[in-house]
Amino acid sequence: MTQHQSGVPRARGAGTGRLTSSWHPAGRAATLREHTACYGPLPQLTGRPRRELIDQVATGGLTGRGGAGFPTATKLRAVASGRGRPVVVANGMESEPASEKDQALLARSPHLVLDGIAMAAEAVGATEAHLCLARTRDWLVDSVLAAQAERQRAGLDRVPVAVHALPHHYVSSAETALVRWLNGGEAKPASTPPRPFERGVRKRPTLIDNAETLAHLALIGRYGGAWFRRAGRADATGTMLTTVTGSVARPGVYEVEAGLPVGEVLALAGLDAASEAVLIGGYFGTWHDLRRVTDLPLSAAGLRQVGGSPGAGVLVALPPGACGLAEAARILRYLASQSAQQCGPCIFGLPAIADDLTQLAAIRPDGDPLARLRRRLPVIAGRGACHHPDGAVRMAASALTAFAADADAHAHGRSCRAAIRGREGFDQQCRSGQRPDDADRRDTEQFWDHDRRRAGAQFWREGSRRSATSDVRWDAGPQRTALLPVPRPFAEGDWR
Amino acid sequence: MTLKVRIDRTACTGHGLCADLLPELIELDEWGYPIIVDSVPPGLTAHTRRAVSACPALALRLAREPRQHEHR
Repeated sequence: MTQHQSGVPRARGAGTGRLTSSWHPAGRAATLREHTACYGPLPQLTGRPRRELIDQVATGGLTGRGGAGFPTATKLRAVASGRGRPVVVANGMESEPASEKDQALLARSPHLVLDGIAMAAEAVGATEAHLCLARTRDWLVDSVLAAQAERQRAGLDRVPVAVHALPHHYVSSAETALVRWLNGGEAKPASTPPRPFERGVRKRPTLIDNAETLAHLALIGRYGGAWFRRAGRADATGTMLTTVTGSVARPGVYEVEAGLPVGEVLALAGLDAASEAVLIGGYFGTWHDLRRVTDLPLSAAGLRQVGGSPGAGVLVALPPGACGLAEAARILRYLASQSAQQCGPCIFGLPAIADDLTQLAAIRPDGDPLARLRRRLPVIAGRGACHHPDGAVRMAASALTAFAADADAHAHGRSCRAAIRGREGFDQQCRSGQRPDDADRRDTEQFWDHDRRRAGAQFWREGSRRSATSDVRWDAGPQRTALLPVPRPFAEGDWR
Repeated sequence: MTLKVRIDRTACTGHGLCADLLPELIELDEWGYPIIVDSVPPGLTAHTRRAVSACPALALRLAREPRQHEHR
């Protein structure tokens, strides 16, 4: 288990490289032979008591790696004891733009995820399994299908896994959206209850787990729950995949022990010493002053005291020349554009707060955007069918806290730290006399190109492309899209 | 067990009748969508039933739920 191949992002501490052990240095997928040589054969599943694996997962303390961090054993038990023959759905959508870990895992170790699906199906007694991938990543679909063909030749999987390519929007990876699409509908989140574990695909109890969670499950099935606990801490067990981007020298996907201090994870990727803030958890995450979180464990328990959560394991270091409020506004506009347009508070609320934050960031106030934000943010959260508005509001609120001094400066018509530091890219935007919607249109391309040239800062949508010379580059897919798509309006058919 | 007002957010289209009929528990946000105090005090049960049945989008319902139940 401690074997590493050169060029593979390494977890810290002896023997913690688990999911990444079989990652090929060239970035291609591990073949079935390589996979088996690394982890041993898929254990005999039939004939063992069904509860055994679930008990091992409970012992290991595995929690979901998709963002919510729900205990996996609890979910397995709920699905296994539901009414009707269960269905297993692996969620490999990874629609969080700042995260690349599930793509990395599926591109390099597809067999680990497929093993996990097989074991989960056995544990809950499912005869049907689905793997959901984003339609925009056909290179990933190809990689998984190739791995599946290998397994079919070897006669490995008792439960057939149907691989699906779903519409790719931020909210289409919500578990209710997967269920709705698999049932023949649109890939939009649905109202709960019923939750998918009660009534999901074809009204059966449905286990939906993130791809990384299933990969961990595959290893627990081989080595046991006590082995899983050997990495991590008591309140955050095992290892986790993290995507570290932004102002770091070696952006990429790293496997680390759960609960490693935030600062150490950032250091692995070569954090820019001048960076002062970090976005933890991705676009649904929270902004923090780096000094306040650098010693905190990257775990749900460790970050709770500062109102954060590791989410899907994303860390984005804010480039020293960038304005945190402008970043938050850009993310918020993106999230507003990704709404499924189903619930009023999301349809109207997100564009409204995105406008407020843009006005504040660009110092082009129409009235008092800061006061409006303080009034609007508390009333939007919790009022959608899914958690899309909640996540967007949390991110915006955390930006106002983490960049409180900047927000105050902007509200009084003054430049923020980023501008004062002489990063003229932002200063020009602040003072160019353009209306926010003009700034809006040009910022994703012109402003960032401009700032990149001037400040030499690294931005997360450049993440993996910029890492071309570093050894943590994992992506070999020719058809990658930019990490941050330019928002565009939806067409009706987009959701099918 | 408590009586709670549940709303299907995808069904609600912001008619606002509920807030007119039950201002004690429901107010509207600036875009016209309801903000609900979900636990119904005993004295308001009849009014709440009336508001629920008046919703043109059939987005409201009354649910009897255990006190500790977590929901939105």
